Amino acid sequence: MFRNQYDTDVVTWSPQGRIHQVEYAMEGVKQGSAAVGLKSKTHVVVASLRRPQVELSSSLRKVFKIDDHLGIAISGLVSDGRSLCRYMRNECLNHKFVYDSPMSTARLVRDVADRAQVATQRSWKRPLGVGLLVAGYDTSGPRLFYNCPSGQYYDYKAFAMGARSQAAKTYLERNSCLPEGELTIETCSIGLVGKDLNFTLIEGQSLQPHLDAYKAAEGADDDAPGDGGGGDAPAATPMETS
Amino acid sequence: MLARPPSHSPALGPGCAGPPLAEASSVSIQYPAQPTAQVPTCGAASFLVDHNAVNAPGRDPSQHTQMPYVTGSSVLALTFKDGVMLASDTLGSYGSTKRYKSFERIRKVNDRTVLGASGELSDFQYIMNLLDELTTDDFCEDDGGMLSPREIWSYLCRVLYNRRNKQDPLWNSLVIGGIEHGKPFLGTVGMIGTHYTDDHIATGFGNMLARPLFREKHSPDMSEADAEALIHEALKVCYYRDKQSINKFQLAKITEAGVSVSEPFALPTRWDYKHFENPSANAVGTW
Repeated sequence: MFRNQYDTDVVTWSPQGRIHQVEYAMEGVKQGSAAVGLKSKTHVVVASLRRPQVELSSSLRKVFKIDDHLGIAISGLVSDGRSLCRYMRNECLNHKFVYDSPMSTARLVRDVADRAQVATQRSWKRPLGVGLLVAGYDTSGPRLFYNCPSGQYYDYKAFAMGARSQAAKTYLERNSCLPEGELTIETCSIGLVGKDLNFTLIEGQSLQPHLDAYKAAEGADDDAPGDGGGGDAPAATPMETS
Repeated sequence: MLARPPSHSPALGPGCAGPPLAEASSVSIQYPAQPTAQVPTCGAASFLVDHNAVNAPGRDPSQHTQMPYVTGSSVLALTFKDGVMLASDTLGSYGSTKRYKSFERIRKVNDRTVLGASGELSDFQYIMNLLDELTTDDFCEDDGGMLSPREIWSYLCRVLYNRRNKQDPLWNSLVIGGIEHGKPFLGTVGMIGTHYTDDHIATGFGNMLARPLFREKHSPDMSEADAEALIHEALKVCYYRDKQSINKFQLAKITEAGVSVSEPFALPTRWDYKHFENPSANAVGTW
């Protein structure tokens, strides 16, 4: 891999605004064998390839049960994955002990991501070298998350990671009913704040009238001759209707 | 998000404030306790307490509650068709003195849970602080998540049992009522961590005075009006028989629609019953 003078530790930025160590860690995820996750309305499934590293060895475990309602698939440094697995099991067990209920998938994933983030900000640490596909079912329904060594985490309907996972990703994208590029209430949210207006989040159903108004305005814009950029917004802005 | 130091010490477990340090024993010298990835976030080293910190010079010796001071009497609660109902009076007694007459012993915890308490009222306020902290945490998560009544009940079981194990109990009998997946939930925790769930619950004197009435007349599918009439009757019986109570009550209802805690109200009473004229006549052995 290409090397440069800004990649020797995790707390040094490159002039391009990148942290190479973190990017290398994310490359590490791609070295592991592929893992795939897919979500339906009621279930989540994760699967992974477990080829033996050496011909005479047995294969490594790549899918782990965390709790009755939660499991993970890992790709990358399996040892880092095991350590995270142990942490997650511990958190779930503690939650079960104190609250007698399964831990929320989203909150556990957030905690794991926080841990990964700390490793990207300390000179004496190294970023985790493992990608985590977390499949869980809780009161919010089935959830599939991808945890990245950078500390970022994503909520997915379907995802593939690891070596040569691009083919799987493309396949999932082709075969899932994912929303197109069009703006819908699922694909955008609006927040606004100003004089005499507290910060207001417009999401879900309450967003629909704004989207309708926007689409109407956009349609009117398209009819207007010239001006393809649409720089000047029409007077009837949907924002003021609420 | 960086972890905020919790109000309870990780070394002492849920519900205990105190020094989080570990005393150096032979084990802890060999394997010094350090915050690691794998140390659980609560109850980690329950027995490792720094006695030097506890008994530091200039620090008062640690004191445990040996008896309650300001106390509340019975809390009554029952389920009905669409939810749960809790009721109690609003008295805080200082011994036999009716010291605080407007103490709200039934409080809302979150949008589907209510907590009622009898026993030491300052301990109840402490418990409410713990729960408010949890509710605030849920709010800050901003994911719509909220503790269910059962989770709060389970949490309080841990807190009270843990404090009992420290020989420093929180001197309360708690009643947790709420609604969960459309079904009513009613549970109780005692000061030593005894806990159970039931369709009707009463603490303190109410256990003797109100629960026989509940057993006779309660059914889980009774209407809200019937349940309210029954709980009013039970409150009245408790008021007639329990010296540590006043005729100023609060009633909390938890249904799918949400939580409501009523304004204080009084119940009509009569004191000219024949049986009240010579009470010892019907109770051999009393005076």
